[in-house]
Amino acid sequence: MATLATPAATLAPDARAAGQRLVNEWLRNVQTAPERGQPVAYVFVMGNAIEILRVFGFELVFPEINSLQTGVRKAAPDFLARAEDFGFSPDVCSYVKADVGLMLNDMQHPSGARIPRPDIAIASSLCNVYIKWAEIWERHFGASTFVLDIPGKRFASWRPIPGSPQYDADKRWVQGQLEDLIAQCERITGRKFDPDKLAEVEANVNEMIRLWVEILKLNQGRPAPYNSMLDGLTYIGVLNAWRGTPEGVAYMRLLRDEVAAKVARGEGRVKDERYRLIFSGTPCYVNMRRMVELFELHGGVFAASDYLTYAAGGLDSSGLFYDPARPLESLAEVTTLASQLGLSNHFFSHHTLAQQVKEYNADGIVYHGIKSCRTVATSMADNREYVTSRYGLPTLYIESDLIDPRYWSDAQIKNRVDAFFEVLEQRRLLKGEA
Amino acid sequence: MATDAIDTESAFTSILARCHALSLRQQIAGDDAHKAIGYFPVYFPEEIVHAAGLLPYALLGGGNRVEVRYADARIGSFVCSICRTTTELGLNHSLGEMAGFFAQPICDAAKHMAGIWGRNFPQQDPQILALPQNVSSPAAARYVYDEYQRLRTILAEKVGRAITDDEIRASLGVYNENRRLQRALYAIKRDDPSRLSTVEAYLLIRAGTRIRREEHNVMLREALDLLARRRVRPMDKPRVIFVGGFCEQPPLEMIETIEDVCFIVDDDLLIGQRWITEDIPEQGDPVWALAESYIQRSASSPVQYDVRKPKEETLMTMLREARAEAAIISAAKFCEPGLDDQLALSRRLDREHIPHLVLEFEEKMTSFEQMAMQVETFAETLLFE
Repeated sequence: MATLATPAATLAPDARAAGQRLVNEWLRNVQTAPERGQPVAYVFVMGNAIEILRVFGFELVFPEINSLQTGVRKAAPDFLARAEDFGFSPDVCSYVKADVGLMLNDMQHPSGARIPRPDIAIASSLCNVYIKWAEIWERHFGASTFVLDIPGKRFASWRPIPGSPQYDADKRWVQGQLEDLIAQCERITGRKFDPDKLAEVEANVNEMIRLWVEILKLNQGRPAPYNSMLDGLTYIGVLNAWRGTPEGVAYMRLLRDEVAAKVARGEGRVKDERYRLIFSGTPCYVNMRRMVELFELHGGVFAASDYLTYAAGGLDSSGLFYDPARPLESLAEVTTLASQLGLSNHFFSHHTLAQQVKEYNADGIVYHGIKSCRTVATSMADNREYVTSRYGLPTLYIESDLIDPRYWSDAQIKNRVDAFFEVLEQRRLLKGEA
Repeated sequence: MATDAIDTESAFTSILARCHALSLRQQIAGDDAHKAIGYFPVYFPEEIVHAAGLLPYALLGGGNRVEVRYADARIGSFVCSICRTTTELGLNHSLGEMAGFFAQPICDAAKHMAGIWGRNFPQQDPQILALPQNVSSPAAARYVYDEYQRLRTILAEKVGRAITDDEIRASLGVYNENRRLQRALYAIKRDDPSRLSTVEAYLLIRAGTRIRREEHNVMLREALDLLARRRVRPMDKPRVIFVGGFCEQPPLEMIETIEDVCFIVDDDLLIGQRWITEDIPEQGDPVWALAESYIQRSASSPVQYDVRKPKEETLMTMLREARAEAAIISAAKFCEPGLDDQLALSRRLDREHIPHLVLEFEEKMTSFEQMAMQVETFAETLLFE
């Protein structure tokens, strides 16, 4: 049975500084991996089998994070233009195009880091674009690609029941592929698979997720101590990059303590919190501060977001924890369950969102349709129609993009947000709650 | 023209007219509506549905004949037309009360179709048939087998009885014959393109998605018999292949526009109908035979990752086997897999110095003048090379 490792380094006294330090350290590690002879894996945030890659000592590159960082750093237009000049359609996912722009920029990222080439790329079926993206790497780098097919939920009320033939079939499939992946990693690294190391990584993930679930729940109180779509985005960045490590555990503990302390002090993210909202969809990284500001000006805070589930591996959904006593089997089980309970929820999220409204005592749902992300956004408008008519919940639908500023229309979005708050205000007046 | 030649042409035209009418029909005919199992592209193991006595019904969108009144308010503005018009056909009740609805994880938009259907037509028991992306894994056939057995159980519940192995074997026989007949059509198109145009072959194959497979077999046998006797005057046009029609279907007018100046000697139009490339064994466990054939005897498309079938190599093989001199590399608007492959394929053709034309289409497009000009210019370049 593995025990938790002690953090190797002392973290900074506050979570923000600690998170920044960890992100910088991660980027440094990634950048220096080739000279240290360390293998590099490209992975996505959903369905990535990081636990196995850690056993083999891969440094992890998250191309989604590279791409979103081009947006945050206002470099996206140049990277997107390079990819479009190369021949990619304007209708292709802007994350993919920013990454192609990076390749065409000789892997020189606007953060200053030079991103190394992959020794392996893991693309899960949880987003089909992952697979097309990995095909681009196959062509560009000659990289070895591993497609991990993880069956999602088949319909809205689908419940995987451990021990049922259906569950066993899905789990057997995932486990078979993980065994293939292990064999591939052994070939690439020349190392033998170590199940004890896997158990150790899983124990660290368990602790990180236990703390993460606590942090999510702390936002159920009023006022919400953090904004899911601003502060939350930095939390999951560290969670992803340091998943399964002692440093990741230490960070999550520091963060949990900090958030809990804010709750104890009655300190909210928004000074005078008037409206609590659920955010559904992916962020607009190129204008996220502005987007959040449009809501906070009205005293609105995003208390929760489905993004914090699927962009963080989905393990927070329904109490999923590894059993390090049977590490590989447990990895197959939790990977399957995380897909079916959390990561594939975009297609059937109407009931979950309505449930989140209750749990977080929210006033409504904001849907952010993203041109680049059909995984998340294809049927949002239909979802909204259902939630509004079935549950009578106030909802807002806005559209822009992940990192392409051409799709951000400030005046139009502001008008819609203002109108939404007028509706919320009127509802409150009608209920006599003003 | 001799009388028998006129009769042959007239009989063939009459079959095509029926096929055309079937392809335009948006409603499911009469009693079939309650027996239809609608499925979204690309491939679906129709044999299991057939064995249950139900009607497999390929959902192919509304083409350029449906007015979108409801679906625009339900689907993002950045989503392909086939998702939009299929939703429209549901919301405007054209599809009626189907007995079932299946989407597959071919792309992210398609997966949402199960959610849309679930919220709007829960009585149709909509769901995802989770066909895998990692088909080269040794564990893949067993997984597909399990998923097909799940489908078999669902359909058995719908018809209130078990679906026997013998029934599925019989369906394999019907479909094996159907695929042989389709292959025969494609062989004519490839070897003697003046005898059978792509629009004609397309209509003949598309009709199979709207009628019972036994009836379709009769139709194709009759068509092949007539084609053998058809009088043709050989024409001289550039031989090209067309790719990009694996899911959303280009309008007929677009294919006609290309065929005005080129022979399309191979294509991926309605590839799901021809997904299994050889006969499925009719002995042994028929569900295993279906599952194993999906892995081992299958075609290729941009929405299927298969390390054994690199996209560019598949294209080069297609060109070589069809003895084509050029390619039309097409993609539906907003189709991420198609658009990604379009670039990769055209770059490979550039490297090989193989002439090609890149086209984007939408099933709902109605104007083809500009495309005609592009295609004519392309064909002229081929003739003068």
